[in-house]
Amino acid sequence: MATDLQTMPLDSQDVLGEINKYNFVTETHGIFKARKGLNEHIVSEISEMKREPAWMRDFRLNALKVFESKPMPRWGGAINIDFQDIYYYLKPTTHQGKTWDDVPQEIKETFDKLGIPEAEKKFLAGVKAQFESEVVYGSLSEDLAKKGVIFTDTDTAVREHGDLVREYIGTIIPPEDNKFAALNSAVWSGGSFIYVPKGVKIEFPLQAYFRINAERMGQFERTFIIVDEGAEVHYVEGCTAPMYSSESLHSAVVEIIVRRGARCRYTTIQNWANNIYNLVTKRAVAYGDSLMEWIDGNLGSRLTMKYPAVYMMEPGARGEILSIAFASKGQHQDAGAKVVHCAPHTKSRIISKSISKNGGRSSYRGLCKVQDGAVGSKSSVVCDALILDPRSRSDTYPYIEVEEQDVQVEHEASVSRIGEEQLFYLKSRGLTEAEASSMIVSGFIEPLVKELPMEYAVEMNRLIELQMEGSVG
Amino acid sequence: MTETLKISNLHVAVEGKPILSGVNLTIHRGEVHALMGPNGSGKSTLAGAIMGHPKLEITEGTIELDGRSILEWDTSERARAGVFMAFQRPMAIPGVKMADFLRHATTNVRYPSRKEGEQLIPMREFRKELREKMAQLRMDEEFARRYVNDGFSGGEMKRAEILQMAMLRPKFAVLDETDSGLDVDAVKLASQSIAEIGGAEMGILIITHHDRLLEHNVPDFTHVMLGGRIVETGGVELARELYTEGYDQVRARHPEDAAIEKEMTSIEKKVASGAA
Repeated sequence: MATDLQTMPLDSQDVLGEINKYNFVTETHGIFKARKGLNEHIVSEISEMKREPAWMRDFRLNALKVFESKPMPRWGGAINIDFQDIYYYLKPTTHQGKTWDDVPQEIKETFDKLGIPEAEKKFLAGVKAQFESEVVYGSLSEDLAKKGVIFTDTDTAVREHGDLVREYIGTIIPPEDNKFAALNSAVWSGGSFIYVPKGVKIEFPLQAYFRINAERMGQFERTFIIVDEGAEVHYVEGCTAPMYSSESLHSAVVEIIVRRGARCRYTTIQNWANNIYNLVTKRAVAYGDSLMEWIDGNLGSRLTMKYPAVYMMEPGARGEILSIAFASKGQHQDAGAKVVHCAPHTKSRIISKSISKNGGRSSYRGLCKVQDGAVGSKSSVVCDALILDPRSRSDTYPYIEVEEQDVQVEHEASVSRIGEEQLFYLKSRGLTEAEASSMIVSGFIEPLVKELPMEYAVEMNRLIELQMEGSVG
Repeated sequence: MTETLKISNLHVAVEGKPILSGVNLTIHRGEVHALMGPNGSGKSTLAGAIMGHPKLEITEGTIELDGRSILEWDTSERARAGVFMAFQRPMAIPGVKMADFLRHATTNVRYPSRKEGEQLIPMREFRKELREKMAQLRMDEEFARRYVNDGFSGGEMKRAEILQMAMLRPKFAVLDETDSGLDVDAVKLASQSIAEIGGAEMGILIITHHDRLLEHNVPDFTHVMLGGRIVETGGVELARELYTEGYDQVRARHPEDAAIEKEMTSIEKKVASGAA
């Protein structure tokens, strides 16, 4: 049998929300698995396996040195990772499929279960599916390819668009940025590379799906998006992994350039298993009159540290970040946003909603910075936390640095608990306590869910419902 | 046998302080009862006790629906068994549309054995009925798309409560000051609506200070509450008397209860915001 739908044995008795369609393990025969651990040899080996040019190998080796020299972050959540006990590279197939039939049967079945081929048929302009370290399937509508749109995995981009990658990689997020950006730069594999030419507006979303399957596997995709002048794109990523008893690490880097008058929307819906450390760096630079939007749904993981950023570089640039975090038992969501106003008349908006349940902890950590000279800039930050029971926790860490007088910066934060009176009201209409809580939570995140395309909104609501199941105890 | 809601010797405390001390009241389906009394006499507490408010502690007595005690039943079960309460201060549920909320509630109440996650009544069927009921209550269709009680005016909230009653079609309904905060026309409309919805099907307990809500819902019985007990029961003429004369004569007729009332007023004021 190729794929095993059986739920993994779990040591914890309370894993509600984990017993769902994402929690299955596929038996595969990987083509190549680098030895456990991290050193120059392994990094060089990854580069060799990928037949990379020397400049990329050097980029990796340099990043490894940076990684080794950097201390662990002293803030955020507790990170308990043995970097020598992780597999950094696992190549699942010999080549990438252009049709699903080219993809090894057991891996194809995995993505079938996750509903990717079906979604592709219905409403996507292009798909990338990454399994462990490599992208195993890629497609792009013919029409977009003709217009010069590039949507490929980043490894292929190094080979086929080497000059473009070399010019930009690490310019938005250099390895020196933080320890995990350095780690990613050293061992990165997979991820999407997107270029949208001037004036091309892509109507349907491009989607990437990241699946970790093996135990103690690290996934380090690297995504780069360039949206040229006046162009538009909506990129969506989904991430899942099965539940193991040991920890896995997901540490991605996403760099985005939004040129003059362009729009980029980047939507993430992740539902990691409870043992994944999800430490991700995402940053966009937005030029004149452009718009960068991050929409970020964080569910699952042991610890997520993620603060999508927008640097507004020229007048009229706008940055919008909407995020939802759901922290349940044994989970810490340290999520937030970063907006940096580097030019006059730039505008940003952050809306962050977090839900803590069953002993979970969520923190909002955000930076709003207005540089000297960025006159007439406006920023508004709203973060709302909903706490479902007395064991759960929510914190807010807003950092505001304003170096200019003539600006408008607003920050609002609220923390609410589901009230006895609200529950009583809904129950008096025949709803059970669980249905009532679920309804209050879905109302709480509704302002954000309504920003999602319909298919993702349905998925998001479903995921929240799964998290809410059995919430009454 | 007519179905009944029977309250016997009901004693209720809030945070250890007695509020109701021996309430007796029997309502048959098809009857209209008015419950009047000065502020702090325990009217809202009685409503909350019938619905099963978690802060209220039943220290003695029973509440029976068709001969079965409902005291151990969860609020949700009471609702599914056909008990309804129109709130004096309905709660806002931001982000949840009236229509979605009502579809869920209506399904649960009409199919009391429905399990969580099971199908709701078909959208088309539900919308049609909701539209009819809203037209009957002269409510704009837009109303169904608004978030539950979020930013509603006082009048809108009360009408939303009546709409919920119309959709849920309870056997017994307690209307807790559904007329408060409404202007004359709004009360008239509410009064008419309640009469249209109620008919012979429902047993209604109307808690009110005025007689306007009773205009189209002529009470079969009027009860006066004082100091946590029902001290007098009469017909419609008692309601008119109380409205025009006030409660001083009642107090004079029941000096002991009036004394308890005086003592309790300060307590009830403290808990009024919390315990319905």
